[in-house]
Amino acid sequence: MKRLLKIYLEKPELAALVLLVVLVILFQITSDGVFLSANNLRGILGILPEIGLMVIGVTILMIAGEFDLSVGSVFALMPMTMAVLLADGIPFFPACMAGLLVCAAIGFVNGYLTVKFNIPSFITTLGMLFIARSLTIVISGGFPPLLPNDLPNWLFTVFVGPGDLFRMSFVWFVVIAVLASLMMSRTNFGNWIKATGGFLPAAQAMGIPTARVKIAAFMLCSMLAGFAGMIQVLRLGSPLPSIGEGWELQAVAAAVIGGAALSGGIGAVLGGVIGAILIRVIDNGLVLSQVDANWFKFAIGFLTIFAVVANAWLGKRAKAIKVET
Amino acid sequence: MTQPIISVRNLHKWYSGVHALKGVSLDFQPNEAVGLIGDNGAGKSTLINILSGVQQASDGEISMEGRRAKISTPRAAMDLGIETIYQYNSMVPTMSISRNLFIGREPLRASFFGIGIMDHKKMAAESVQAIANVDLHLRSPDALVGELSGGQRQGVAIARAMHFKSKVMILDEPTNHLAVKETQKVIEFVRGLKDLGITAIFISHNIHHVFECCDRIVAMARGEVVLDKRTVDTNMDEIMDVL
Repeated sequence: MKRLLKIYLEKPELAALVLLVVLVILFQITSDGVFLSANNLRGILGILPEIGLMVIGVTILMIAGEFDLSVGSVFALMPMTMAVLLADGIPFFPACMAGLLVCAAIGFVNGYLTVKFNIPSFITTLGMLFIARSLTIVISGGFPPLLPNDLPNWLFTVFVGPGDLFRMSFVWFVVIAVLASLMMSRTNFGNWIKATGGFLPAAQAMGIPTARVKIAAFMLCSMLAGFAGMIQVLRLGSPLPSIGEGWELQAVAAAVIGGAALSGGIGAVLGGVIGAILIRVIDNGLVLSQVDANWFKFAIGFLTIFAVVANAWLGKRAKAIKVET
Repeated sequence: MTQPIISVRNLHKWYSGVHALKGVSLDFQPNEAVGLIGDNGAGKSTLINILSGVQQASDGEISMEGRRAKISTPRAAMDLGIETIYQYNSMVPTMSISRNLFIGREPLRASFFGIGIMDHKKMAAESVQAIANVDLHLRSPDALVGELSGGQRQGVAIARAMHFKSKVMILDEPTNHLAVKETQKVIEFVRGLKDLGITAIFISHNIHHVFECCDRIVAMARGEVVLDKRTVDTNMDEIMDVL
């Protein structure tokens, strides 16, 4: 029993999960039962994948011990690249692949510079935040191109599921989240990511190609952010150059709320997903509860700090539980 | 005399302007515990970094069991059977014991270009066995390494080295930062290696520890070997003199 309690207290995503349940109940009450109605859930689940996919990448990168501030800009650059190519008459799938390749290249540059020159990823990706945003506006030429009408929306944005409860993007999100989660827990690559972020000298001494692991995590993070941006653009029907602004910090907040440590080595994809859900739930719940929507950022900020403090406290409690070693 | 397991000839290492190793030649015999001592900057860390593949020698030769060996990465050293246990501990505290035991060498059920699905069952079973083999009593292979004491962690590191059938175990100041009791435990581990036919190279600047568990003592100073004697043929005063 004690052992079980200890195991659960040590799970970094526990605090976020508890908070989520509490908030859902709270909003359900304050919104007079509207919060969990099918219509409202449809709204939440329809937008969730966009931040959620970004958070998955950011969480994995944080577990690898690095950090990406450029995801918000990449979120806009990928669909803009695709839209410009589409406007030139290139079909959807090559254009989409080209967009993802741009993301992969940005992730590679982020990772390569960070690892090769041993600079904090905060700096490299801060630079990339400006560069990618600027490129987005430059290639749009100031006037975002119109998207053609024959895009495969059935694959990304149409409503599906029982009672049309969610969009196809939600299916992508769930599948990618499950795959990412399995990758972290089941594959040796996940083991390497954890080791690289957990204690770099040990990972290197054991012969793990830590530079390649980090660069791969950067590339994965950028590609997921770009993919998320594409989904949003397909949903909105127009590639705005300003989308995703400020999302990089929300994504970090979600990962941190979900238990990922900025120092690396600790965290779980599931935690990041819960963090992303929390952000959407708060955004939506505050409105339904008729709270001034400007409190949204306050709530996210408060939650971030609260979650970290709660995790630290829970971790300490877990450590204090003595079980035989 | 039997063939040395590792033979080092005329090893040199320059760091920008510093001549850290000045033509070191040494033989390590199979199943021998060698204590390598020396003050800071004597070159002992450089020597073991070269043997464990962390650094490359500027000049000189290394042979492993009579064959010329090129140790270009830590992984190459491990593949040759040279396992290194560092003072800072080559364990990731945020990971479980079983994951730590297999970092970089995870048993895979299926793989694609070296990336694949880990065999958790095998990892758990083998780590329980590996830990039991070094007489370490741990609750479960799923416990986090961060919760273990320093001595237990060194024990797990040694268990890992043994599990992968290393022939040579380099212990780089494994007793630093350890409590007295824990230090004793590590020294016992080193003594136990002899029974398993593993060559131990034990680096320390605590001469007492070296005398307790080594057959032979090599002292280094200013990048050179200044003494190389069997433990029974020397004493602490002589070693203090040459350092």
